[in-house]
Amino acid sequence: MNLFKKGLSLLLLSATLTVALCGCGGDKADDSSQITIGIPQDLEESLDPHYAVAAGTKEILFNIFEGLVKPDKNGDLNPAVADSYTISEDGLTYTFHLRKGVKFHDGSAVTAEDVLYCIEKNADTSAGDANISAFSNIKNYYADGENIVIELNVKDPDFLEYMTMAIIPAGNTDAATNPIGTGPYKYVSRTPQENIILEAFDDYYGEKANIKNVTLKIVADADSVVMNLLGGSVDLYARISSTQVAQLANSDFNILEGTMNLVQALYLNNNVEPFNDVRVRQALSYAVDPKEIIDLAFDGKGTEIGSSMFPAFGKYYIDETKDYYEVDLDKAKELLTEAGYPDGFSFAIKVPSNYQPHIDTAQVIVEQLKKINVDAKIELVEWDSWLSDVYAGRDFAATVVGVDASTMTARAMLERFTSDSSKNFVNFASDAYDAEFAAAISATDIDEQTEHYKECEWILTKESANVYLQDLAEFVALNKKYTGYEFYPIYVMDIAKLKLAE
Amino acid sequence: MEVNKNKRIKLILGITLTGIIFIMLLLGIIKTPYDPMEMSSELKLTGASFKHIMGCDQFGRDVFSRILVGVKETLIVAGAVVLIGSFFGTILGTITGYYGGILDEILMRITDAVLAFPSILLCLLIISLLGGGRNTLILALGIAFIPSFARIIRGEVLKIRSLDYIYSVKLFGASDLRIIFIHIIPNLKKVLLSTVLIGFNNAVLAEAGMSYLGMGVQPPMPSLGRMLSEAQTYIFTNPSIALFPGLIIVMMILGFSLLADAVSDLK
Repeated sequence: MNLFKKGLSLLLLSATLTVALCGCGGDKADDSSQITIGIPQDLEESLDPHYAVAAGTKEILFNIFEGLVKPDKNGDLNPAVADSYTISEDGLTYTFHLRKGVKFHDGSAVTAEDVLYCIEKNADTSAGDANISAFSNIKNYYADGENIVIELNVKDPDFLEYMTMAIIPAGNTDAATNPIGTGPYKYVSRTPQENIILEAFDDYYGEKANIKNVTLKIVADADSVVMNLLGGSVDLYARISSTQVAQLANSDFNILEGTMNLVQALYLNNNVEPFNDVRVRQALSYAVDPKEIIDLAFDGKGTEIGSSMFPAFGKYYIDETKDYYEVDLDKAKELLTEAGYPDGFSFAIKVPSNYQPHIDTAQVIVEQLKKINVDAKIELVEWDSWLSDVYAGRDFAATVVGVDASTMTARAMLERFTSDSSKNFVNFASDAYDAEFAAAISATDIDEQTEHYKECEWILTKESANVYLQDLAEFVALNKKYTGYEFYPIYVMDIAKLKLAE
Repeated sequence: MEVNKNKRIKLILGITLTGIIFIMLLLGIIKTPYDPMEMSSELKLTGASFKHIMGCDQFGRDVFSRILVGVKETLIVAGAVVLIGSFFGTILGTITGYYGGILDEILMRITDAVLAFPSILLCLLIISLLGGGRNTLILALGIAFIPSFARIIRGEVLKIRSLDYIYSVKLFGASDLRIIFIHIIPNLKKVLLSTVLIGFNNAVLAEAGMSYLGMGVQPPMPSLGRMLSEAQTYIFTNPSIALFPGLIIVMMILGFSLLADAVSDLK
């Protein structure tokens, strides 16, 4: 008994001590600067940058890994691991000159061998498709002194985008658990479902990160985000909702506004009944009103879109697609009747339970669909099961999520809808689309290519592959102690640009 | 005298509170003032008014109508859970209590194991296996509730079994089944009633808790726990939409507790 009591008091003592120690750490951060960033989900189990799927993983890996070139906040590509590159006049030969003095986080220098290894890993077709499908176009690649030469079969105006592929050390076979890159931050450790620790890389060749220690804290419960922010346990949280913004008024936080650069839609499984009928899909598009969704669930903040492309893409984006389906309930009912569902039907919308914006959107959609007698039910699923069942297993009728672009190319958005793409989780199948897409990627002229891509977007709209909704407004809460947050046209968070406020 | 007065107040309060809840339940089944799902951008987060006596939530839905339906949903879940728990609990408790022996040992160790396992964890396990939704929640909570019922009933049966009148009917040659059904189960009535009322309370709380975690009733369907969970984001800006569902849960729990107390004191 006595022993038990002693043990208990010791335990209590040590618990209070840890708390007290933690309390100190937060305040004394000046000489070794520190920031805690809240993220809505844990990173994927594998941290191998070449196999990352989830946008939430990629936005963090952006800080650890770099390619030969690297996008900036305008979406332009700048030399990174390569310090310069040339493209031959016929557009078939790319020559990259390796930057001197670039080191991996483990201290070893980046060599041509490492680059070749990464290209080989992603172009390998022995286990099916190449990991980066654009690499199947590579005819030949080799190192020439400090140069990497890549020769293509046919011209590809987008090819440079794929050179953002992360460079990892040759033979780093345990990249999944031991990520080594060249980025401004290096990976230190992770505690599953709790946090990931990063540390500024001192030997970074470029502009070094301003903040030394970064903790990525997983805040899986959307409702506790504000409490975490106000309580001071999180300094930065990207993508908070407009109601959360209202709660942070008069607090220690600056609210920054941008767009999320993703396509939020009611994604429909084009392979299951009744969504295998184009008329049913169109009926839903006529019945769902994105404007009302933006008003009701997002306080009017958000950009309506009509196809799998968002405004940040500039020349590829077609604003008119959003007006193709104006709300028309009679027309919707007519289409349903034609398709053989005069009395409507019912289906389930699987929504990831950790994304409140998508849950709110789904709730409004359910209401809107009632008007055409379609009975939609919401099924909340955990993010992990969403990835495995809905995305990988394609076992769903409909889901509300946002799909982003991994690189700033139209291809990154549109390739997933070709009928044999492994990323085509909605099972969209259209010969016309496949033909247009093939024409686009083989086009040698940029304008001609843009036209083909635009035609692809129109097909998605007209076939109503999915019920397109909006590009969500993005609000970032950043503690007034820090500045320097930058919005990117792709889904990344550039932690290295953050700094302490003066 | 003093004790009796206290008892009577408890009883009256309990009946009043559960009466109000019962009226709300009936209203929720028959007719709500507004469609509890209908959204309206003009009414977003408006406060209480004569038209909407509890105001409107973040989608402009009438909170009062949603509470009426929420009470119904919560009571359906709680009722079904208690039904499952008490039915199987009574069967298990009676068998183990009456026959004893090795069967008793085995079944009671199993219930011990279930009891030792945190019930929320058990529910999460079942829900992650079978998928979310109301029916799974009922099943999950029902299973979690069986052991506590079984234990109480078993104890009571053990007590009754050793009473003299059971020995005498045994001498008259009554069969086990006859003894169980005619002489034991009717005498469990009082214990069962207060256990059910207390179990009901726990079930209401469990439903609210699970729906609060997003595991129970699926949106946009309201339940008291679900409404609380959704209102959480607005607790600082619009506290009323969290206040009302919370208040109803308190009323429900208090009402049934007082009633259970009063009933157990009755002769």
